[in-house]
Amino acid sequence: MVKKFFVLIILVFFAVMLLPFAQDVTPFKELSQTATKYVKDGPDELGGANLVTSVIVTYRGLDTLGEVTVLFIATAGVGFFLRREDKRKEKKKRESSQILQSGSAFLFPLILMFGVYIFLHGHLSPGGGFQGGVVLASALVLLLLSRSATKINDTVLHLVESLSGASYIAIGVLGLVLVVGVGFLDTTILDLGEFGRLLSAGAIPLIYSFIGLKVGAELVGIIDNMRKDQS
Amino acid sequence: MTIITILGFILVLIGLWGMLTQKNIIKIIIGFSIVDTGVHLIMVSIGNLKDRTAPILDKAVDKTEALTRVVDPIPSALVLTAIVIGLAVTALMLSYAIKLYENKGTLDISEFKELKW
Amino acid sequence: MITAIIIVLGVIMIVAAVLAVIQKSLLSAIIAAGAISLLASIIFIILAAPDVAMTEAAIGSGLTTLVFLFTLNKIRKQDRHG
Repeated sequence: MVKKFFVLIILVFFAVMLLPFAQDVTPFKELSQTATKYVKDGPDELGGANLVTSVIVTYRGLDTLGEVTVLFIATAGVGFFLRREDKRKEKKKRESSQILQSGSAFLFPLILMFGVYIFLHGHLSPGGGFQGGVVLASALVLLLLSRSATKINDTVLHLVESLSGASYIAIGVLGLVLVVGVGFLDTTILDLGEFGRLLSAGAIPLIYSFIGLKVGAELVGIIDNMRKDQS
Repeated sequence: MTIITILGFILVLIGLWGMLTQKNIIKIIIGFSIVDTGVHLIMVSIGNLKDRTAPILDKAVDKTEALTRVVDPIPSALVLTAIVIGLAVTALMLSYAIKLYENKGTLDISEFKELKW
Repeated sequence: MITAIIIVLGVIMIVAAVLAVIQKSLLSAIIAAGAISLLASIIFIILAAPDVAMTEAAIGSGLTTLVFLFTLNKIRKQDRHG
């Protein structure tokens, strides 16, 4: 009973602490100064139509690098904890029905193509590397769930993930090395092109493709580790 | 909008209540996920300006009039990062929970007393 | 009109959150948490943030629910095998 009273006190205290914030928040009328600079200079400097993408990849590129690192650490942690040393006897898995097999075989390439479309057009329409990577991972999860006998090739998964991550850093370093005067992870090293086309906005489609592949491979790795030795 | 900010705060409070009172470890992790969703709602609702549209330049919004017709793009960028990191942290927490269950055989948090003094 | 939609969605989200905390069965709690993420993605569209809505719909109500269900499976399996 005392414990419930303490919990109530903590919650009331938290609510009272947040109350002035909820009372005084008035909707802004104009964009803030940082946002004004990003919205005004973004399309001209970087050539991308999606302003959120140009903020994520270029203006706040170091935050994206940190996020990719955190995702990598989480995947490594899950793989480390759920590791199986001994090979338990592999039970004979029951074959799934014909409808599941043909349905998933039909849907898998469509979903894969949709995922690749999302991260290739990240600078033109809503989307980008993270969303495309999640859709790629969900295509592979569809195969894992509907056909119980699939095995994911671990070597290919690790290879894809490491090469994508290394290429992302390599493009960033290219910005430092190639053109003197621009810094790490500058996307204007490639040609800016015409506004609104697929091959525009410098290195943004390239960076987002690598991020999409890396995120997709990592999420499939997490799900595969959680699923091991199930019958 | 203000009403969505208040909704976000209520979700944070409900998630916090869940984390403080529940005994099952999986329920605590569900409460953490609810707090995450509430915080994302608060952040995106602050960046929203009245009667403006999404920050994508196409036929509807031109390059020249973008300053007066577009919502703040920075909170969207931050929340995108935060959602992906939230998923990674939740997966790591759940793998901890699996290992704890393998070690002790129960998921009740009052059984794990090794660190108490 | 939009305010009415937001209020209806908000009430459903709060009810689902309370259910997710109170329910005894873990399966119902996990599904309720997935429903909260789905409704949050609709509210993100109303707030004119389509990238965030896409990400939240895919990750929050897709992959998070999936990871929770895999965990539940591992726990129950070991429970049955002793």
